[in-house]
Amino acid sequence: MIDEVTLLATALMVSLILYALTAGADFGGGVWDMLSGGARKSEQRHLIARALAPIWEANHVWLVLVVVLLFVAFPSAFATLMIWLHIPLTIMLVGIVLRGTAFTFRHYDPLGETDPRMQRWSLQFAAASVMTPIMLGVCVGAVASGRVPGTTFTDSWWHGFPVALGFFTLALFAFLAACYLPLETDDPALQDDFRKRALGAAVVTALLGWLCRGLAPHLPIPLGIEILVAVIGVLAVGSLWTRRYWLARSMAALQVVTILWGWGLSQFPYILPPTLTFHGAAAPQSVLRVMLTALGVGGVLLVPSFLYLYRVFKRQ
Amino acid sequence: MSDLLAARSQMAMSLAFHIVFAVVGMAMPLLMLVAEGLWLKRGDPVYRILAERWSKGTAIMFAVGAVSGTVLSFELGLLWPQFMEYAGPIIGMPFSLEGLAFFLEAIFLGVYLYGWDRVPRSAHFLCGVAVLASGTMSGILVVCANAWMNHPVGFQLVDGRPTDIDPLQAMLNPGSFAQGLHMTIAAFQSVGFAVAGIHAFMLLKDRQNRFHRLALNIALLVGGVAALVQPFSGDISARLVARTQPVKLAAMESHFKTEAGAPLLIGGIPDVEHETVHFGIEIPYGLSLLAFHDPHAVVRGLADFPRDEWPPVPIVHFAFQIMVGIGTGMALLALYCFWRLFVGKEQPLGLLILASPLGLIALEAGWVVTEVGRQPWIIYGFMRTSEAVTPVPNLIVPFTTFSLLYLGLAFTTLSLLGAHVVRSPKAREVQ
Ligand code: HDD
Ligand code: HEM
Ligand code: HEM
Repeated sequence: MIDEVTLLATALMVSLILYALTAGADFGGGVWDMLSGGARKSEQRHLIARALAPIWEANHVWLVLVVVLLFVAFPSAFATLMIWLHIPLTIMLVGIVLRGTAFTFRHYDPLGETDPRMQRWSLQFAAASVMTPIMLGVCVGAVASGRVPGTTFTDSWWHGFPVALGFFTLALFAFLAACYLPLETDDPALQDDFRKRALGAAVVTALLGWLCRGLAPHLPIPLGIEILVAVIGVLAVGSLWTRRYWLARSMAALQVVTILWGWGLSQFPYILPPTLTFHGAAAPQSVLRVMLTALGVGGVLLVPSFLYLYRVFKRQ
Repeated sequence: MSDLLAARSQMAMSLAFHIVFAVVGMAMPLLMLVAEGLWLKRGDPVYRILAERWSKGTAIMFAVGAVSGTVLSFELGLLWPQFMEYAGPIIGMPFSLEGLAFFLEAIFLGVYLYGWDRVPRSAHFLCGVAVLASGTMSGILVVCANAWMNHPVGFQLVDGRPTDIDPLQAMLNPGSFAQGLHMTIAAFQSVGFAVAGIHAFMLLKDRQNRFHRLALNIALLVGGVAALVQPFSGDISARLVARTQPVKLAAMESHFKTEAGAPLLIGGIPDVEHETVHFGIEIPYGLSLLAFHDPHAVVRGLADFPRDEWPPVPIVHFAFQIMVGIGTGMALLALYCFWRLFVGKEQPLGLLILASPLGLIALEAGWVVTEVGRQPWIIYGFMRTSEAVTPVPNLIVPFTTFSLLYLGLAFTTLSLLGAHVVRSPKAREVQ
């Protein structure tokens, strides 16, 4: 049962989940940066910038890993995706570039907050933080609803469900970020700002999730997953309500994992439903073996390095 | 502009942009390490300021490199889906390892940047070594993938589909060594001279500044040594091209007729219509000597190949002339600077400022030779670029968009570097 193809499909999903958990929170941070306000507007922004700063460049590595796994292990699926989702993927890339520029500039530039140039960077940062997750969600939605390959380069993704899923993704990332942020500060007032935002985002996410489900009633999502998603959602809201921030953070992350994992499970063994399976798209066995070995070696090198990084910075 | 041309231009533009950040990621860690090593050895705080300053610049460039690299990995598929479907499994290995190397680089750069006073000095230095090793590996690995496009091996073609794939053999193809070596040296050379030029400029305004003087010396040492060995590595590359890609060599040299004892052409304007060259200087036997180390060797000319397999001759020819001209000039400049250093005279600051962009120009020109010289093939001898391009229409739109974006990004990066790295440290920082 567990062959190379299944292992690589799993690796693909794990790497997408890691991207959502890390970069997703970054994008969500961008949304809250845009929506910062009230008495502690500038404190909120500083908190977001501080939480993002040291690692943000590295987060795209998970997306790149998704791309590399796709073209090495499932080349025909990769080619089909790149052709039929050309437009949303290009827009997503534009977002990644704009965001990177704006963030680098704001992070390293000593301009004051009131400087008009700073405001422009902030606007660009915000727009890019919104655009990129939406397009990511649109692409996932297009694949999940079996629209790839399509008949034209727009009808493969320009449709109710993929678009709704795009907005759902945005809301989910914003929720994730708002659940991460209270733990990055000791100031109770600031924590409370993000707690309220997280609760608001939870409501929006739930509504959009319900809308997506309504738009695609035929998607074979297992009932167990749906119940799990609901339970975790309730737990997350409950822990936010009672200010158990660690629990809230864990639940938010678990929520993202469950949703993506559930999506994967529901469409396995298809990589591009309704016709192309992982096995049908797979590269020759020799390639898959080498790829798995490379992933193994990578893990062996990366885990200790990462723990070292973590230890150095937690000791402060 | 046809869609194919738009796709090619977008690819070329994105790569030309990314490469600048890539070489910085490869070479700056060495400069930082030399400075840090001197600080550890001599205890002079100016070296530590230098290492910190340089690492801050590297971090900015690293961020932009990561963004433009992420874009590239998508562009390979967005623009050339058929190519990736064919080649992905074969050259996936270096790309996966590159991702790994990049990740290690990011982790250790993080420790390096923020860990000055948090980890023991020796551990900090070792983190720098890890940044250097993984940054250089990143560069070499992608170049291996590119070398495979020039020397496709490691698979069998059955019914037009690659089978019997051996990813290791594909990665270690005949071009990997020559291209990897040449590229790595080019990185140290171009970055070394670019940095040296910047500090020379600051010195010109403030002759007594120790900070800039020491920085200049370190950068010049790295760039100069690289410039001295680069012609030898270029010779290895040229001989390989002569053996494996005769059309590319013929285009580089605008060599139209097959002949024994072929002359080396310097400069000149190729006239493709009439298959001649105007205004060139010919050095008898030069080409045979350089390409095969034998003055009487036969060098095949473009006329030997069907026209539809010719690359755009003038572009390849000019790019090659630019690279070799700059390579020769920089090697001479390096010799001169080392001699001045040896006899204890002031460095030729004006010359160094003029020379600072040259390495990067040669780098871009060299890539034009390699990539345009491979045309019309995307995989030499196996797949034409026109067969690989995506069926999506209106590619001019993403091309224009990304061109504008990268222009903005370049401007931002330059102004940031100006604000952070170039300015002189305050007197009290250096004491
Ligand atoms: C600082 C940059 C630099 C300098 C000074 C030189 N090169 Fe170079 N050259 C490159 C940077 C470069 C490069 C950009 O890195 C390339 C593109 C692909 C590659 O492997 O290296 C390249 C490619 C390249 C190729 C084509 C390889 C191929 O297509 O497989 C040849 C034949 C040479 N070089 C030869 C030379 C010679 C004879 C030089 C004499 C001094 C020289 N290069 C200086
Ligand atoms: C000769 C050409 C190239 C060289 C020498 C090179 C080298 C490098 C280096 C050294 C880095 C580390 C970033 C830094 O330190 O600034 C980097 C980043 C990156 N490069 Fe390139 N690169 C080249 C071309 C490409 C191509 C063609 C691709 C596309 C497939 C690519 C994809 C990437 C990616 C994705 C990153 C960011 C790392 C990540 O997020 O995984 N590079 N490159
Ligand atoms: C960073 C240095 C590089 C530069 C400046 C560069 C430059 C170029 C240029 C000028 C072209 C257009 C050629 C033409 O169509 O006339 C091109 C095409 C291309 N390059 Fe590179 N290249 C670089 C490295 C690489 C690497 C490392 C890879 C892959 C691993 C790569 C893959 C491609 C592909 C797939 C195309 C499009 C197909 C083709 O035109 O042959 N390039 N590049």
